[in-house]
Amino acid sequence: MDYPEGNQALAKLRATFPDSIIEVKEFRRDITVTIKKEALLSIMQFLRDDEELRFNYLASISGVDYLKIEGVENRFAVVYHLYSFKNNCRLAIKTFVTEGSLDIDSVYPLWKTADWQEREIYDLFGIIFKGHPALKRVFLPEDYEGHPLRKDYSLEGRGERSRFDYEEG
Amino acid sequence: MGLESRLGDNILTTVADKFINWGRKNSLWPLTFGTACCGIELMSSIASRYDISRFGAEVIRFSPRQADLLVVAGRIVIKMGPVLKKIYDQMLEPKWVMALGACATSGGVFDTYGVIQGIDQFIPVDVYVPGCPPRPEDILNGLLKLQKKIERDTVLPQER
Ligand code: SF4
Repeated sequence: MDYPEGNQALAKLRATFPDSIIEVKEFRRDITVTIKKEALLSIMQFLRDDEELRFNYLASISGVDYLKIEGVENRFAVVYHLYSFKNNCRLAIKTFVTEGSLDIDSVYPLWKTADWQEREIYDLFGIIFKGHPALKRVFLPEDYEGHPLRKDYSLEGRGERSRFDYEEG
Repeated sequence: MGLESRLGDNILTTVADKFINWGRKNSLWPLTFGTACCGIELMSSIASRYDISRFGAEVIRFSPRQADLLVVAGRIVIKMGPVLKKIYDQMLEPKWVMALGACATSGGVFDTYGVIQGIDQFIPVDVYVPGCPPRPEDILNGLLKLQKKIERDTVLPQER
């Protein structure tokens, strides 16, 4: 890989957390590191605070549903996109979450911007972020049931769009 | 012109219905409930180029208590439904509703769990303006259609 900043980050990560890295993928200089869920917080803290790497900007968090995708064991994934202003370098960190245990550590203590992004993923996928200060729905009505971005949720919904039991006045 | 000739030059006689409807249809105060792209088209119909004030509907009110035409411009999602209903309920009679664009009319291309497939399922709609988005000419045409409708109203109590 002709990508010194990315390679440096990867090498440091490999040296510091040899047991927590499951897979590394590179596509057109975009590096994605799949890690064990348990190591998430310590790896993130390391990437953020390391003097050389300084991935101090959490650009986005996304949820993925891998239902019926061949070759993927776990149902859900949470992907974090980090950016280092210091090195002009991007890094994606990916963790899998199984249907049986939907919880994952919140990165809110490290980046305040994770607040609403984690709420959004909770809202639409039902993934529980442990340690989040107020894990409530953010887009859907508070009394909504289910998580509609899951691939087994029908696109037309379950009749919620034609329920009009609104209060009078 | 028997009676009017006796009243002098400054007084005209007419039918109460016609007079009141003439006033109402030419001074509609719209509340613009713009929730999506159609709202942008609505703004340009209000601005100087298309100038909705040529038809007497330029006094935009954001308080439902002062408005008599509710223009729903855009998709209404399940979370917005109760809000729209509340605003409609707060408007004083007489009031009219325009469903602007495919989304407000029928959900448009958004056949999804969150988008209500037509606002007429929970509030009465007087005029539907088709298009995605409708051009300002269409919006003005919709306004004229509504004015035609108001002309046929009657203010006297009806036996039903
Ligand atoms: S009808 Fe088309 S232009 Fe209007 S709100 Fe819907 S998508 Fe946007």
